[in-house]
Amino acid sequence: MLQINELSHSYGDHTVLRTMDLRVGEGELVSIVGPSGCGKSTLLRCIAGLIRPTSGEVLLNGTPIDGVPDDLAVVFQDYSRSLLPWLTVRDNVALPLRRRGGSRAERRSAAEGALKEVGLADAGRKYPWQLSGGMQQRVSIARALAYRPSLLLMDEPFGSVDAQTREDLEDLVLQVHQAEGMTILLVTHDIDESVYVGDRVVVLGRNPGRIRAELPIELPTPREQITTRSDPGFVRLRAEVGRLVRGAAASGDPDDSDAEPPGTKTVSATTQDDATPDDTTPDDTTPDDTTPDDTTPDDATSPGGTADGAGVEGAVSGARGGKG
Amino acid sequence: MSEARTSGPPAATATGGSGAEPAKDAGSTKDAGTEDTGNRPGPAGGRTRRRTPRALSLLTSGVGRLWLLALLIAAWELGTRTAGSDFYPPPSQILKALHEMWFSGPAAHLFLTDGALEDFRPSLTNLFSGWIIAAVGGIVLGLLIGRSRVAGAMLDPVLNFGRSVPPPTLIPFLLAVLDLGTQLQITTIAFGVIWPVLLNTIEGVRGVDRLQLETAKVFGISGTLRLRRVILPAAAPKIFAGLRVSLGFALILMVISELVGGGTGIGARLTLAQQSFQMPEMWAGIVLLGVLGCLFNLVFHLVERRVLAWHGGARRNDA
Repeated sequence: MLQINELSHSYGDHTVLRTMDLRVGEGELVSIVGPSGCGKSTLLRCIAGLIRPTSGEVLLNGTPIDGVPDDLAVVFQDYSRSLLPWLTVRDNVALPLRRRGGSRAERRSAAEGALKEVGLADAGRKYPWQLSGGMQQRVSIARALAYRPSLLLMDEPFGSVDAQTREDLEDLVLQVHQAEGMTILLVTHDIDESVYVGDRVVVLGRNPGRIRAELPIELPTPREQITTRSDPGFVRLRAEVGRLVRGAAASGDPDDSDAEPPGTKTVSATTQDDATPDDTTPDDTTPDDTTPDDTTPDDATSPGGTADGAGVEGAVSGARGGKG
Repeated sequence: MSEARTSGPPAATATGGSGAEPAKDAGSTKDAGTEDTGNRPGPAGGRTRRRTPRALSLLTSGVGRLWLLALLIAAWELGTRTAGSDFYPPPSQILKALHEMWFSGPAAHLFLTDGALEDFRPSLTNLFSGWIIAAVGGIVLGLLIGRSRVAGAMLDPVLNFGRSVPPPTLIPFLLAVLDLGTQLQITTIAFGVIWPVLLNTIEGVRGVDRLQLETAKVFGISGTLRLRRVILPAAAPKIFAGLRVSLGFALILMVISELVGGGTGIGARLTLAQQSFQMPEMWAGIVLLGVLGCLFNLVFHLVERRVLAWHGGARRNDA
């Protein structure tokens, strides 16, 4: 449904995206992950029709995008600025529906329905600033849902909420995706999140931004925060994506060797995710995690809960620090 | 702007230190936005009530201030009585004149005398006509100029010049062109008070958050819907600050236009009293104008607080 052909974009002399090709199928949920400065947001803006790429084209259902397509919605990271503070939650959700026609009552009930879907059935009469950050982002999601887009873009939607809320919202996205079947493109800098949520992960490299790798994520589908995250498959994929992102962050071609299949060295690779400064040393040498390579599966399953929890938080805070 | 704004009593609280901004931010809308939010804590922090320690807060609370006012009036009464000068009648006499001239009418007329109706009606009509014309004109022009980068850049010097011309200096010109009376007075007021509204609207419109505009674009909110539901509300806090300053100016210009233009109204009554050496009556006019100014400010504040309730709430939450 979405087809990106040789997309390039530059701001003056600075090339942000270079010859990018990407295809997204109907109903797919694709995570786009990459280090900061890899042009994730620029890519998303090009798809949304908010900026016109320097060259190349974006096709939505076969039609080139020129201006914002009318069956596309965006959930922005900065919910507090994206929601209008002078409108109630319900009016925020209902306002875009003007374009769809229908009576005021119909728009209102559609808004109420969408709010219910994101678990905010009672918040309609409140103002956005009376809600917590996570709830505000739910309102943004409800606004996008009520709009009934065929393509939903999410621009680091959970970048400014706490870890617990973030997990809840990730599950909400999965639930919504399952219920509505729309195509979703989720941009994130969080490696765990990209793997947990996505059907497919697209890793971007930077200087200039380009697609570094695409990985299908074949994990059991009703995903669940604890079990999915301790699944050996998840651990392996996270490590792989992590390595790709780190390689991308280092921004040099020599790092491409890191992109080799990680095999048994996954655990040390994940800890490498957390221990930011020493990533010059490849793989094994991290002393903290003492476990030798062979014990990987056990390590991933039995003490997995705590170890993974730490990993998640490390990734979250690390990513946030990087974003600024 | 800044000199003009600080001259009116409401100006200082309404816009704080933002007076110099519109000129500086002519080029970049982004700057206007960030500085705008940066300045917001200013006016709020200026309310002394929150900062004062508990003992002082009792003194400055409603009762305390009334008590101080009573003391000042008593001192005024005592001072003027001792001095016994005709130029400085004691407040009791002023109050008596005030009562006799304007407020001794029948209850059915809210105790207003015929003289009051005769004096207040033209004054207040002129004041509000001028102010409303300025408000509508300022907001409409401000929206047009604020939305267009080209127009903004081109008109900036003109606007700076226009607002720098002290409005009363136009009266001689207007006297030459227009007849004495209502038309002259309304024109003076409208021209004089349009600037704060116009400039604040431009600034407010330029400062609309880019993400709010992008959100509107993504969700197909365009045209008048976008104007009514996104741009105007976003600019409303600035527009209201401008309107408040304008209202203060409007009162000043109303009096000046009546002092110069003669005819009817509170200002004309004031001149008449002065010329016929009725000092208590003249002072009564001054006191009345002061009270009117306070009253307008209070009503405006209440309306603003209601209309911009979201703004106060959102701001408190950000902090």
